[in-house]
Amino acid sequence: MKPSKFWAWAAFALGAAYFLVPLLATFEFSLRMRRGYYSFDSYASVFSDPAFQATFLYSSLIGVLAIVLGVLVVVPAVYFVRLRLPRLRPLMEFVTLLPLVIPAIVLVYGYIRLYNSSSLIPFTGSALGTDILLTCAYVTLALPYMYRAVDTGMRAIDVRTLTEAARILGASTATIIARIILPNILVAVLSGAFLTFAIVIGEFTIASLLNRPAFGPYLQNIGANRAYEPSALAIISFLVTWGAMGMIQLLARFAPRTSVRTD
Amino acid sequence: MSDDFLRVDRLTKAYGANIVVRGVGFAFARGEFISLLGPSGCGKTTILRMIAGFETPSSGTIHVDGRDITGLRPDQRRLGMVFQAYALFPNLTVGDNIGFGLKVAGVGREERRARVEEMLRLIGLPGFERRYPYELSGGQQQRVALARAIAPRPRLLLLDEPLSALDAKIRVALREQIRAIQRDLGITTVFVTHDQEEALSISDRIVVMNAGNIEQTGTPHDIYNRPATRFVAAFVGQLNHIETVVADPAARTVTIDGQPATLPALPEGAAAGTPVTFTLRPEMLSIGPRPGNDVTLAGTVADVSFLGSVIRMRVSLGRNVVSLDTFNDRRAAPPARGEPVTVSLSSRDLLAL
Repeated sequence: MKPSKFWAWAAFALGAAYFLVPLLATFEFSLRMRRGYYSFDSYASVFSDPAFQATFLYSSLIGVLAIVLGVLVVVPAVYFVRLRLPRLRPLMEFVTLLPLVIPAIVLVYGYIRLYNSSSLIPFTGSALGTDILLTCAYVTLALPYMYRAVDTGMRAIDVRTLTEAARILGASTATIIARIILPNILVAVLSGAFLTFAIVIGEFTIASLLNRPAFGPYLQNIGANRAYEPSALAIISFLVTWGAMGMIQLLARFAPRTSVRTD
Repeated sequence: MSDDFLRVDRLTKAYGANIVVRGVGFAFARGEFISLLGPSGCGKTTILRMIAGFETPSSGTIHVDGRDITGLRPDQRRLGMVFQAYALFPNLTVGDNIGFGLKVAGVGREERRARVEEMLRLIGLPGFERRYPYELSGGQQQRVALARAIAPRPRLLLLDEPLSALDAKIRVALREQIRAIQRDLGITTVFVTHDQEEALSISDRIVVMNAGNIEQTGTPHDIYNRPATRFVAAFVGQLNHIETVVADPAARTVTIDGQPATLPALPEGAAAGTPVTFTLRPEMLSIGPRPGNDVTLAGTVADVSFLGSVIRMRVSLGRNVVSLDTFNDRRAAPPARGEPVTVSLSSRDLLAL
């Protein structure tokens, strides 16, 4: 083996160990619920807990709603900025980065001040209102990822020419976005969607402070009160996130193929 | 045939202080194939995009079939357009691409299918309905783009440099096919190109543009043989510039590098001893005498390029070096460099610009 390769593998092994050792330790610990030998009892305990099912379902539903709302907001915004207002792109880049800079706790306190039950728009006055607020908060939280995914997707296709080609054939703007633009950036949109889902499933701060029965606060609650189940939940959360990431990798294979040829 | 199917009046387009089209006007009859020809940045594509509705004119009007379409949106104009970069929808099959305009217009499935089949036969790609654009060659994709543009039976077909992205051989074949289909359907077509050979070979009429203005409008034969301006003469085809000195204005004689020639006419006011520049196409010159050629000049071969069917030579007459084209003759080798030759031309072919 050449020395350069040896050091490359050594660096890789060190990096991998940094991530894998705690994960393996957590996994090993999650199997120790029964004294004396390994079992999946902690996993059985988690899966049979009605609160687990309810909170996971709730977060999944909010995640799907956040994805739909995110796509409806981001895709037309990126499309019009690319097509008609390219000068606004730097501003758009900056605005979509803000959720990474502003801590979630600041965001949620802002929401509570602005939309509390005695305000003009009392979103937090009802469970449904708070759910809507939570969905909007997650759209904001996932904005940096959704925006970049969609923007990358649109960069890969010639948005202007495809729009003009469809336009002169008689298509309206809604038809162009729905039938031409969206299908051609679907893989990019889906990767943004899975990132959004991964964020929503594990999010604690906003859900907890808005007092909603989400999966993040449930994780925290179990972590504070049980011994082995939190480890099992940590592994389950990892698997969900990895599943979402794996789907992104899988979908990348179906990205639209370029058809630029001169022959 | 009246010249008013497509009428453009005093069309101007400015981006701030930058005026790219300057009060352009032309009118063409139904069924004509028109080329907008000019160098990059001359405004030809901007005119096409204003006709399509993708750019709003700063002033002026566009009429199609007697109706003012200047204020209409592109989707209201009922025009077809083929783009340089094909612009096929990558997510749709060939059949769905061609049927897109019909579907948007609400044409029923059966009628749409029949029209798609008809279009595929027309472009010579029957049975390609289910293929995707990435499965086709560039030439095939551009033929599909043409079929997609003409499937909804547009009033006018706009071609924005549709051959530029293709290899040379495919380009020639496709341009012949485009012309044949255009003749078959009788569809009025506006073709934008910077390639003068393309424009000359395919058009009924050519609009030569430069710096936002029209230099000349005419048939390919007129544009080539009777260029109205120095720009047209230089841009369309090869051109020799021959510097002469007026010898005797009354006798209409000049000298070309000291060799005398009598011309049918001299520019007005040309006094003895003044220099006058004439232009001449390379194919108007011949090696040795030719019937009808009344000017004979002695020179030496400066360079010979063998281009296949044509041999292009550069002959030095002294200060003047002229290019001339002769057909390849397998029985006679072309003259060698440095060889003395006699060049003849008809004085009527000399144009003073």
